[in-house]
Amino acid sequence: MSEMPEIVTITTVVNETPTVKTFVFDKLFAFRPGQFCMVWIPGVDEIPMAFSAANSITVMKVGDATEALFSLKAGDKLGIRGPFGNGFSPSGKVLAIGGGIGVTPLFTLAASGEVDTFILGARTREELVFADDLAKVSDLKIATDDGTFGFHGFVTGILDQIDVVSYDTICVCGPEMMMKGILDRLVAKGIESRGQFSMHRYMKCAVGVCGSCCMDEHGLRVCKDGPVFTGDLIKTGEFAHYHRGPSGRKE
Amino acid sequence: MIQIKLPEEEIAGVPLRNHMLLAAGILGTTGASLKRMLNLGAGGVVTKSIGPKAIPGHHGPALIPVDGGLINAMGLPNPSKDFVEEIAPLKGEPVVVSIFGGTPEEFGTVASWFPDAAAFELNLSCPHAEGYGASIGVNPRVVRECTEIVKTYNKPVWVKLTPNVTDIKIIGKAAEEGGADAIVAVNTVKAMRISTELRRPVLGNVFGGLSGKAIFPIAVRSVYDLYDAVDIPIIGCGGISSADNVLEMMMAGASAVEIGSAIYDSVNVFSEIAADLYSEDGIPAEEIVGCAHV
Repeated sequence: MSEMPEIVTITTVVNETPTVKTFVFDKLFAFRPGQFCMVWIPGVDEIPMAFSAANSITVMKVGDATEALFSLKAGDKLGIRGPFGNGFSPSGKVLAIGGGIGVTPLFTLAASGEVDTFILGARTREELVFADDLAKVSDLKIATDDGTFGFHGFVTGILDQIDVVSYDTICVCGPEMMMKGILDRLVAKGIESRGQFSMHRYMKCAVGVCGSCCMDEHGLRVCKDGPVFTGDLIKTGEFAHYHRGPSGRKE
Repeated sequence: MIQIKLPEEEIAGVPLRNHMLLAAGILGTTGASLKRMLNLGAGGVVTKSIGPKAIPGHHGPALIPVDGGLINAMGLPNPSKDFVEEIAPLKGEPVVVSIFGGTPEEFGTVASWFPDAAAFELNLSCPHAEGYGASIGVNPRVVRECTEIVKTYNKPVWVKLTPNVTDIKIIGKAAEEGGADAIVAVNTVKAMRISTELRRPVLGNVFGGLSGKAIFPIAVRSVYDLYDAVDIPIIGCGGISSADNVLEMMMAGASAVEIGSAIYDSVNVFSEIAADLYSEDGIPAEEIVGCAHV
């Protein structure tokens, strides 16, 4: 079946933080929280991005493609392929831990009423994303690296203060070293299979064919077998050690 | 349906576990994913094409599913010599290293890095990489010279051909004259799609190559033509997605096949096809190879 990009028109651009914008468009996509789409910025590139709602993506400016995306405004067009991947599949009592722009897929999980406790981390107060909305739908705890809001330190500092074993599912998305700190704690308590980690890798096809996003040591495809993996699947191998760039070289 | 026996001897110089290899460019970027495909039932695997220097590939979109197949313009992304370390854990496995270059000398350089390869597959057929692949693989003299140089590394050499030529038999014969141990036919068919809403090509590279079920009849015809033209084994490639497709390719003249785009529908495609294709009381594959020639 043809899966040509769906062309959408941007209706609104919301400035979330100095480095994060939400692009709302005119079409709805039926996605499961944690699934992603490929965003085609015509004439520039196509990049994987989490949905922040059925009709929006929330983007941090990190490179050439996102910089080009940031220059777009209401009325401009994008191509969307997806949704792709497996998404989160929580059960029981759910803890979500999001860092930086990694909050996005977890925000959609919380917005659908599937999160009990949410630990949100950011570098500094003005980089906190979705904090107000998250406080309405979950028991929200905030950490900032510089202490400008909430707990002074990393999300793992808050994790150490709560009874993590009382949660049936721990959904995580954020910088890989942050996720590593969380996985280490789950492994120490023998509950790493309760952890659902949303991975980010360089992607080209997004449909499980090209192999650009395959992870060591099992050769799993982040785009198709993931992007959400339980902790037991990633605790050995490349996680938190290296990844591969566009050429396939380890970085 | 006819059922066949598993191969008892090497095919085109490679000890394949069955008659189906993972095609080049599909899940072939990492050693771990190649190992996974062997574990999932591939009889052998062909790596991502490796070239003289690391390149990131074309901007996206780089692959689009279309009716009956996939169109891709990956742009030969590859880690170059770093790939030696990548597949080192697969030593002794049926791993065919796909290589490319812009000149026969570059093919030789890349081949020299892989003393543990089970065989080399020369990518003289990628349709969307300027100066590489099909842009030199349409020239019989260059095809012969590339084959000759890689042959000096004392490995089986398979030459993968493009269907985007007037007469594929001429290119196949050139590879055979250069000492090729097998012909792989075919690579993708040059193709493109346009977004009517954006009034522009969808692929970042404008055009790319079509693979999948839509090109199966083209691949069968190419294998049928080559079987009459060359005496070396032919590996059929292009849109194979069922045991019956494997048999059809064999009847056209293929000694083995490569499967790629069918992975889009199922990562277990090799074991699924094998369940239908093989039987202990099946006939030897050799009995049907080329049997459709009238």
